[in-house]
Amino acid sequence: MRRLGSRKQRKSRLRGEMVLAGSSPSRKDVLVVEPGDHFYPLSVAAPGSMGRTGSWRTQRPVVNAEKCIGCYMCWLYCPDNTIIMREKAGPRGQDVASIDYEYCKGCGICANVCPVNAIEMVDESKFISQS
Amino acid sequence: MALEAEEKTGVRRGTVIPMRGNDAVAYAVKLSRVKVVAAYPITPQTIIVEKIDELISKGEMDAEMIHVESEHSALAATYGAAVGGVRAFTATSSHGLVYMYEVLWWAAGSRIPVVMAVVTRAIGAPWNIHVEHSDILSTRDTGWLIAMAENNQEALDLTVMMFRVTEDPRVYLPGIVGLDGFILSHTVEPVEVPDQELVDEFLPPRRQPYTIESGAPIAMGNIIPDEAFEEHRMDMHESMREARRVIEEAGREYGKLTGRDYSSLVECYKCSDADYLFVGIGSWMGDAKIAVDALREKGLRFGALRLRWIRPFPWDELREYGLEKKAVIVLDRSISFGYAGPVFLEVSSALEAKPSMVGVLAGVGGVDVNYEDMVKIAEHVAGLVEEKGRVYVPALWYHLGEFYPMKPGPLPTRKTPRHVNKLLEELWSKKT
Repeated sequence: MRRLGSRKQRKSRLRGEMVLAGSSPSRKDVLVVEPGDHFYPLSVAAPGSMGRTGSWRTQRPVVNAEKCIGCYMCWLYCPDNTIIMREKAGPRGQDVASIDYEYCKGCGICANVCPVNAIEMVDESKFISQS
Repeated sequence: MALEAEEKTGVRRGTVIPMRGNDAVAYAVKLSRVKVVAAYPITPQTIIVEKIDELISKGEMDAEMIHVESEHSALAATYGAAVGGVRAFTATSSHGLVYMYEVLWWAAGSRIPVVMAVVTRAIGAPWNIHVEHSDILSTRDTGWLIAMAENNQEALDLTVMMFRVTEDPRVYLPGIVGLDGFILSHTVEPVEVPDQELVDEFLPPRRQPYTIESGAPIAMGNIIPDEAFEEHRMDMHESMREARRVIEEAGREYGKLTGRDYSSLVECYKCSDADYLFVGIGSWMGDAKIAVDALREKGLRFGALRLRWIRPFPWDELREYGLEKKAVIVLDRSISFGYAGPVFLEVSSALEAKPSMVGVLAGVGGVDVNYEDMVKIAEHVAGLVEEKGRVYVPALWYHLGEFYPMKPGPLPTRKTPRHVNKLLEELWSKKT
């Protein structure tokens, strides 16, 4: 793939500066990135760009650190990047999974893929009645 | 002689080659230095992509051809390539266009310039491969610019122009160039192919609002607040309005270079001094011009107004030429069932239904309509106007030489033959 301009030029792409890119600027088919004055449906990926999706949850995954073997399966499968692996924080010195409840939607994939059943899906109502 | 004329006017003649409409589009794509083409074959569009493939394999054109498994993927791949930063092109017809309908909205909403040729054809069922405008007009509300060629030369010129217009920062919307199936797509006409230097001069380097690249991720088409969505749509509407000016500018400059002026969104043939007006889109407006001459010889002052652009809509031009007319006949090659032809509805709203208006539905499914039919239609409508003073008929079918107003009917229908009904009954009784 042809690189379009230098790193600096690429950075300025979305800031509204005209950028001439390509290896031979004399050619007629060279690309010019020029935002113009429009509304573009674009965003840059960042945590919570969809809001605090943790409020969508009806079931909460709860990790049993005793059972967790630190295999990273849940970390790999989580569709929302909400599994945070804590290195060597387990009771046997193993890596252990924890969950960012701010964004976890409670889909249950982590509980499903866990090879040792260390993640249990608990109804959110249980947590409401406790508090 | 030719050289002297060129020195005086600045017009640079190209090479005249006899070719089919589809070939004309393919040459336009080559001249526009398109880098990626993705398409799926469908009659009558296939030749465009075959020709492009041939030009690539001969080494005359430097582009990537992506063979895809469907039209939905064809436009998705074209759109993806365009977002990546190259001029990209696809072409389709009928069912193919309907199948890619979703992606039309994605490309327009992302504000990415892409150009597509639509070779107009009827949509089944029942199966029909011949000319009709129901496919191209179904894209009317997607945010794509839509132009419609009358002949092969215009198919080439509009395709080149479409790249320039869609890539203008004031527009940044994709565009469709329509040409009539078989009537243009498979018919050989002399076409003047401009030189590469001329097109290079006319087409600036590709411009687009943003690109995607590995290492600099952006999210496209994500969910946004409803209010922002509405503002996005307002911006698209505004850009479409701006496109009028961009088309006029580009058309004027193209005219200076080639001698073929496209500065107007419409083509007016003897319509300034006319009492009656034909309005329509596509190739049969050429027949309408012949009909105009024949009618003028008979003492009926007719004119023909062809809408070269459907989106943006040539509202001002239409009102300028149409408001004062005795009667306006809108020729529609497709029907919005239960009401009238789509072009009639558009024209009628622009003219506030002030003149007498008749929406003639004809040529649907490729039924042949020639200038003699148009003379007949014109005389019929002129007679109605003479008789009644003012007429407003949204849907008047013209079928095999006869007129059928939507009301009161009755319309001619071919009943299912008795033996077929019998067969169906037998099948049904076996099932139950």
